Amino acid sequence: MQVPILKQGAYLIATVQSALTDEDLRQLRDALVGQVSKVRARGVIVDVTALDVIDSFATRTLRDVAHMIKLRGAETVIVGIQPEVAFSMVKLGLTLEGVATSLDLEEGLAYLNRKGNGSGYEVRTHR
Amino acid sequence: MANNQDFATITEALLETSASRLRELVAHLRQQRAQLREEWARLITENKLLTAMTKEEIFAEATSVYDNYVEALETGTYEALQAYARNLSERIIPRGVETHEVVGIVLLLRDVLARSLFAKYREDFNKLNRILDAYEPAANRIAATVAVGFVQERERIIREQQEAIRELSTPVLQVRERLLILPIIGVIDPQRARQLTEQLLRGIRTNRAKVVVLDITGVPYIDSPVANHLVQTVEAARLLGATVIVTGLSPEIAQTLVNIGVDLGKMNTVGDLQGGIEEAERLLGYKVLPTLESAAPSV
Repeated sequence: MQVPILKQGAYLIATVQSALTDEDLRQLRDALVGQVSKVRARGVIVDVTALDVIDSFATRTLRDVAHMIKLRGAETVIVGIQPEVAFSMVKLGLTLEGVATSLDLEEGLAYLNRKGNGSGYEVRTHR
Repeated sequence: MANNQDFATITEALLETSASRLRELVAHLRQQRAQLREEWARLITENKLLTAMTKEEIFAEATSVYDNYVEALETGTYEALQAYARNLSERIIPRGVETHEVVGIVLLLRDVLARSLFAKYREDFNKLNRILDAYEPAANRIAATVAVGFVQERERIIREQQEAIRELSTPVLQVRERLLILPIIGVIDPQRARQLTEQLLRGIRTNRAKVVVLDITGVPYIDSPVANHLVQTVEAARLLGATVIVTGLSPEIAQTLVNIGVDLGKMNTVGDLQGGIEEAERLLGYKVLPTLESAAPSV
């Protein structure tokens, strides 16, 4: 299942809605990295709230996405990792080093807003 | 002639059931009750057992144990004795009676009774042997029943206390918007560590916390599996977007963490709880100022 990518101001938001195959993950990676410059996004949010399992391939892909997007000049934040998922990831040594993480979409947006304050833009969601 | 006598003895032994031997034994113990009980209580005091109890109490307990003992011998059922042993343990455990004392007194009683049997049947060695055949297995079983009852009661109490400690053990407190404190007191065993992780990660979710201060001032030491678990908990909290500040590490715990080679870039540690809360406030962008001149600490 493909992951929809929405543009919200200067940010791209990808909300994962069901378990992903390795192929889906690769597609997500390519789509995000491709679009980020096309739409001049300053930040990318990947929402994984719906995932019950995040395995080593998914972790590596998410880390690659974050690092590639960094190289393309934007910030990435992974949001919505479930507590149980977080602990089993750490048990397996999958710690997403060097990748920003936030509690949920709202927090992720707040994080990117703080990061982007220097540029004079501020984007908020309506509550 | 000698052969005939042997033959007669064997027949007699076959005819005499073990039940009748036990009956004889019980009758003897009933008859000698006052004297044997006295002797037993004297030996208990002499061997410095049950020191937590007074002489009168020892004598009272000795009487009921004696009667229960004889009854168990007579009926061959141990339920009543078991119940009594549990009840006795319940009463004497809070007073600090040790396992070796309980085992000791039961073994003493066994010996006192055995001696009285030796004295009674010293004329007739064959008969003594047969009586002992009936007595010994029953006596050993009684000793085991009482000792096991005592230990089981003790274990039950320990389990209950562990349960109570576990329930009290991991409070998650919100001190400010988005700031949680987890004060931990006492030894962290693997089960408690698991519970701690669960509470902390849940707490971050439900309180939408950004910073958690994990205060382990009250933890004297941790072993390396638990230390690893702690580090993993800190990392898992980061995946939820929260920062964990660990405060109050004792020298022993600091050593354990260094020994397992913890990455200090991932662990945020501050000396004490106050420092931890101040650091957390800084991370959250709070600035705490005194409202009155006089409230400010003099420098």
